[in-house]
Amino acid sequence: MKHVLGAVCGASCLLLAIPAMAETTLTIATVNNGDMIRMQGLTSEFTKKNPDITVKWVTLEENVLRQRVTTDIATKGGQFDVLTIGTYEVPIWAKKGWLVPLANLGADYDVADLLPKIKDAVSVDGKLYAAPFYGESSMVMYRTDLFDKAGLKMPEKPTWEFVIDAAKKLTDKSAGVYGICLRGKAGWGENMAFLSAMANSYGARWFDEKWEPQFNTPEWKTTLTTYVNLMKEAGPPGASSNGFNENLALFNAGKCAMWIDATVAASFVTNPKDSKVADKVGFALAPNTGLGKNANWLWAWNLAIPAGSKKTEAAEKFIAWATSKDYTKLVASKDGWANVPPGTRTSLYQNEDYLKVAPFAKLTLASIDAADPNKPTVKPVPYVGVQYAAIPEFQGIGTQVGQQFSAALAGSTTVDAALTAAQSSTEREMKRAGYIK
Amino acid sequence: MARMATTRRVAISTVAAWLFGFLIFFPILWMVLASFKTELEAFAIPPSFLFFHWTTENYATVQERSDYFHHALNSIIIAGGSTVIALLIAIPAAWSMAFSPTKRTKDILLWMLSTKMMPPVGVLVPIYLIYKSFGLLDSRTGLVFILCLGNLPIVIWMLFTYFKEIPRDILEAARMDGATIGRELVYVLTPMAIPGLASTMLLNLILAWNEAFWTLNLSTSYAAPLTTFIASYSSPEGLFWAKLSAASTLAIAPILVLGWFSQKQLVRGLTFGAVK
Repeated sequence: MKHVLGAVCGASCLLLAIPAMAETTLTIATVNNGDMIRMQGLTSEFTKKNPDITVKWVTLEENVLRQRVTTDIATKGGQFDVLTIGTYEVPIWAKKGWLVPLANLGADYDVADLLPKIKDAVSVDGKLYAAPFYGESSMVMYRTDLFDKAGLKMPEKPTWEFVIDAAKKLTDKSAGVYGICLRGKAGWGENMAFLSAMANSYGARWFDEKWEPQFNTPEWKTTLTTYVNLMKEAGPPGASSNGFNENLALFNAGKCAMWIDATVAASFVTNPKDSKVADKVGFALAPNTGLGKNANWLWAWNLAIPAGSKKTEAAEKFIAWATSKDYTKLVASKDGWANVPPGTRTSLYQNEDYLKVAPFAKLTLASIDAADPNKPTVKPVPYVGVQYAAIPEFQGIGTQVGQQFSAALAGSTTVDAALTAAQSSTEREMKRAGYIK
Repeated sequence: MARMATTRRVAISTVAAWLFGFLIFFPILWMVLASFKTELEAFAIPPSFLFFHWTTENYATVQERSDYFHHALNSIIIAGGSTVIALLIAIPAAWSMAFSPTKRTKDILLWMLSTKMMPPVGVLVPIYLIYKSFGLLDSRTGLVFILCLGNLPIVIWMLFTYFKEIPRDILEAARMDGATIGRELVYVLTPMAIPGLASTMLLNLILAWNEAFWTLNLSTSYAAPLTTFIASYSSPEGLFWAKLSAASTLAIAPILVLGWFSQKQLVRGLTFGAVK
């Protein structure tokens, strides 16, 4: 009897143990961008191949997600197994030991195929800490019909001089058409992403080699003066509250002759379902001033594993699947080549099928290649990052400076006053953080 | 003549009231309208008010992408649970403070309110660590508990002011007739305090339903209520206004309907004691 009881107990323990061993639930935190939502929709393809893994999604707005995930990771809460993070977070978090290095992505993952600039941005000391899901830079999107009508021809590598001149000529305020739409909404990821990249092209930098803020230099003054004057003359009204979405809406409605913003916007403005000007859009590199740097940034959304996760093996399997070449093919077979996540793999830009449906592909690649997070500015800098400095304090500093510059655009302060305020607030924060004395 | 003037005055104030009501309601109406537009029409400049191509596509997409009913059930459990528990604690507390005050009562009331004076983000990390240790992260129990704590001061304050309005003589009369504390609470106090109780309950329910800081930060997927459902449709890079509007409409619908049916109690409760 004892034996029978023992056997029954043993068997039931075994039965109970099997599902526990077989079921691994991955919780994946992600942002609400088109490509991520598509990945969410294709999850069943992954679970079909890996029946022992189930996937739960947590989709949040970018800034909410950043705060949510930072709290969890800093307290080692272990609520997430895969995180969607930007190129800004990867080096900072990797150095803090918050991320698990990705060493087992599989034999056919082909790390060498990742675009070198993007791969650099997600590696620390040669180790990959996140796998890029999609990458972006920024470029000029312009209305070919308006350019033709005005007898203007956009060069492939425009200078700021040309862009400013064209913007003024193309502005027709009575018809509600503005020469140029640029970001004005305050935030380190909003107006400062654009303005930092623009400043790079004018030879400015955030900090010198000794971490001294540089807003008191003539380069920054030229940048901000040019930006404010250009927007006053050729920008839409209320530009100081326009971010990516507002400008996208304006451009799609035919209100902007030019728009300098993220390369991912190219697929939105050329989609007839969303855009009134879908067949009249041309692309060019972000403007320069001949100093050797274009006004374009570099960003990628990446998948990473937090150090608190207990399911690293399954998480790495998922990451390898979602950022593989096969995933690109899967998306192409379901939704067409125009909808595959761009900007991460060299092979995509050699694929004829993709190049045929994506008129913006060549420029996207050229823009990504033109940005160098390790050497972002004309003069040397101590930081990594094109439109940001990859230090933890940057989010706060960037947003404070962004508020000053947004106010200068709105006209509630002058360019000089905004620069002075930016300089003193950045100096204060950098002193507090111990970078300078 | 006098009657005409009065009629005119009534007409003017009626129109003014309707206009004002419409103005307050307009953002919600706009959201509902946007939820029936295509993404292209949702951000069209100039915007179209009623004459657009009506579609229910957004609702279908939202339901397909995320499980509305799971989130709605969580909202009901979390908002309902925290309200019931808060009332169970607050009724006796407010009763004792209103009818047998001590010299410390005022200090206690103020101290309770002071807990609402600090922004919640200030205690996020400690609370997160405590929740992690007790295994309460992403649990409904944890959310019920934190929302109950968060709203308790307001509930006690509201009930205290309502109870204060009830004449003590009536209670004394009941006691003279031999009523025990329990009977006094159930048969005398409760019927008189029903409008106050109802409006406190409703207000607490609405506050808990809309609470977006703790619910977003302490839940991931299992216990996530409708606030996280809405947050998953907001995006700084990509135009999803129609879908966001559809998600928001779905999220506020239950509480809106509840508010509609109970508006009589709500108004009575909120104006209770205003005129003596």
